[in-house]
Amino acid sequence: MNRFTLKLRALLAAFVICLGAATLGAPNALAQSAPPAAPAAAHEEVLFRYLQTQGSGNLVGRVTIPDQKAATLIQPRGREFQDIWRGPMKWIAAASIIGMIVLVGIFYAVKGPIRTTSGYAGRLIQRFRSIDVFAHWLTAGSFVLLAITGLNITFGRYLLLPLIGPEAFTAWSEAAKVAHNFLGFPFTLGVLLMFVLFLKDNIFDKTDLRWFAQGGGMIGHAHPPARKFNGGQKIVYWATVFGGGALAVTGFVLMFPFQIVTSIDGMQLTAQLHGIIAFLMIALIIGHIYLGSIGMEGAFSAMWSGKVDLNWAKEHHPLWVEEMMNPTRKDSSLPTGAKGAGAD
Amino acid sequence: MARMKFLCDADRCIECNACVTACKNEHEVPWGINRRRVVTINDGKPGERSISMACMHCTDAPCAAVCPVDCFYTTADGVVLHSKDLCIGCGYCFYACPFGAPQYPRLGNFGSRGKMDKCTYCAGGPEADNTPAEYAKYGSNRLAEGKLPACAEMCSTKALLAGDGDIIAQIYAERVSTRGYGSGAWGWRTAYKDMVAG
Repeated sequence: MNRFTLKLRALLAAFVICLGAATLGAPNALAQSAPPAAPAAAHEEVLFRYLQTQGSGNLVGRVTIPDQKAATLIQPRGREFQDIWRGPMKWIAAASIIGMIVLVGIFYAVKGPIRTTSGYAGRLIQRFRSIDVFAHWLTAGSFVLLAITGLNITFGRYLLLPLIGPEAFTAWSEAAKVAHNFLGFPFTLGVLLMFVLFLKDNIFDKTDLRWFAQGGGMIGHAHPPARKFNGGQKIVYWATVFGGGALAVTGFVLMFPFQIVTSIDGMQLTAQLHGIIAFLMIALIIGHIYLGSIGMEGAFSAMWSGKVDLNWAKEHHPLWVEEMMNPTRKDSSLPTGAKGAGAD
Repeated sequence: MARMKFLCDADRCIECNACVTACKNEHEVPWGINRRRVVTINDGKPGERSISMACMHCTDAPCAAVCPVDCFYTTADGVVLHSKDLCIGCGYCFYACPFGAPQYPRLGNFGSRGKMDKCTYCAGGPEADNTPAEYAKYGSNRLAEGKLPACAEMCSTKALLAGDGDIIAQIYAERVSTRGYGSGAWGWRTAYKDMVAG
C-alpha cells in the first residue's frame, strides 16, 4: 500500500515535471544540455510557443533526403487550413451562391422578367462581333464546367458521394479534376480575349454614376441611360478580368505545386484564395446568367446572334444607339456592313 | 481499445535513420517516397535535436477533413488510414497535414500526382489483412500480426516509441523524471490537441 502510493507520487511528479516543462523542466534541461545562449532551442513547447509568434510558425530543420519539403518538421497551420476548409470556406460558398440564387429568385418573383416596354421594333442592330461572341462563350463554357468540377471538390463529398457511392464518386472526381486542370487554359484565353475586346467600352464614366445612383433601374421603373455597357455590366467585366485573372493565376500555381510558389504557407493561401474567389465569381455569374437569359427579354440574342432589337437597345443602351446611328462619330463602333438609320 | 500514437524522445534520437530504413525495407517503399524521416533542429548548434517524424495519426485528422473524396478512415486503434482506390491524388492532404506526411509518387503534377502514400502505422489498408493486394498498395500489416511498427521496434536507442498513447506517454514521463530533463513530445500538441505529454 505504502509502496503503491509512493509509486503513484513519483508518477504524478513526473507528469507535473513534464506538463510544466516550459516553466520548470525546460530551464533545468537547457541548463544541463545547452548554454543559455540558445534558449528556445531544444524544448518542443518552448519552440512551439516561440514559433507561434514568428513568421510562418513552421518548425524547420535539416533532412538528409532530397525532398526539402520534408525539412519542415511541424507546420501547425495545417490545423488552421483544416478549420478554414471545414468552416469559413463552406460558409462563404454557401452564403454567396445560395444567397445569389435566393436573391435572383426573389427578384424574378417580384419583378418578373424585364420587358421591352415599347415592344420590339423588328429591326436588329449589331451589338457584338462574332469574335466577341466567341470570346464570351469560350469563357462562359469553360467557366461553367470549371465551376461544377471545382464545387465538386468542396461539396461533392457531402452532396454527391452519398448518392452514387465512393467508387463512382472517385471515378467522377478523378475525371473532373483532370478536366478542371485542362479547362483552365481555354478559360484563361477567354478572359484575356475579353479583356482586350471589351476594354474600351468598359471604362467607367459619368453615365455610370447616374446609373448606379438610380440602382441601375432594377428598383422601380427608371431606365438610366447607358452607353454600350451599363455600370452593372462594367462591374461584371472588371470582376471577370480581375477575378478570372486571379483564378487563372492561383489555378496555375495549384497545378504546379511547390514549383511556382515554393512554401507550404503559400500553397495553403493559394488554395484558399482560389476557392473563395471562385465562390464569389460563381455567385456573380449566376446573377449575370439570370439577367442575360430569363431575367431580361431580348438580352440573350446579344450574345447569341450578336444582334439585338433596336427598341431593346434604345431602352437599355440609348447613348450607345446614338453613337451607333451617327457614323460620323469617330468612336462609333458601327460594325462593317451595318446600314445607317433609315437605310432599310 | 488502444489509442496508437508515436512519440519521439528527441533527447535519445541520434539521427541514425534506422527507422527510415526499417520503414523503407518493411514496406518496399519506392525511391522518392519517405513515409518516415528524421529532421534535425538547430543543426550544429547548441541544443541540437533530431526528431523522427511520420504520420502522427492525429485526433480529428486534418487530412481526412480536407479530402474531397473522403478516402481516409480511422481504425478502432486510432490509426489514420486511407484507400488508394479512392484517392484522386489532388494533394490537399499535404496542405493540411501539420507533419508533411502525405507523399506522392509523381512530382510533376500536371494531371495527377498519383495515389497518395503515407505511414500506415504498419497497419496496411482497407484490403483484407496481409493479402498481396494490401501489401502492394500499403506494405505489410504488422499490427494485424500483433506487432508494433517496424520503425519503433528497430530504434536502437528506443527514442521512437510506438504503442498505446497513455502507455508511451507514461514511459516518456518516467524517463524525464529519472534523467531530470526532456525536450517534450514533439508534435503531440498539434496532433492530439488535448492530449499533451512531455
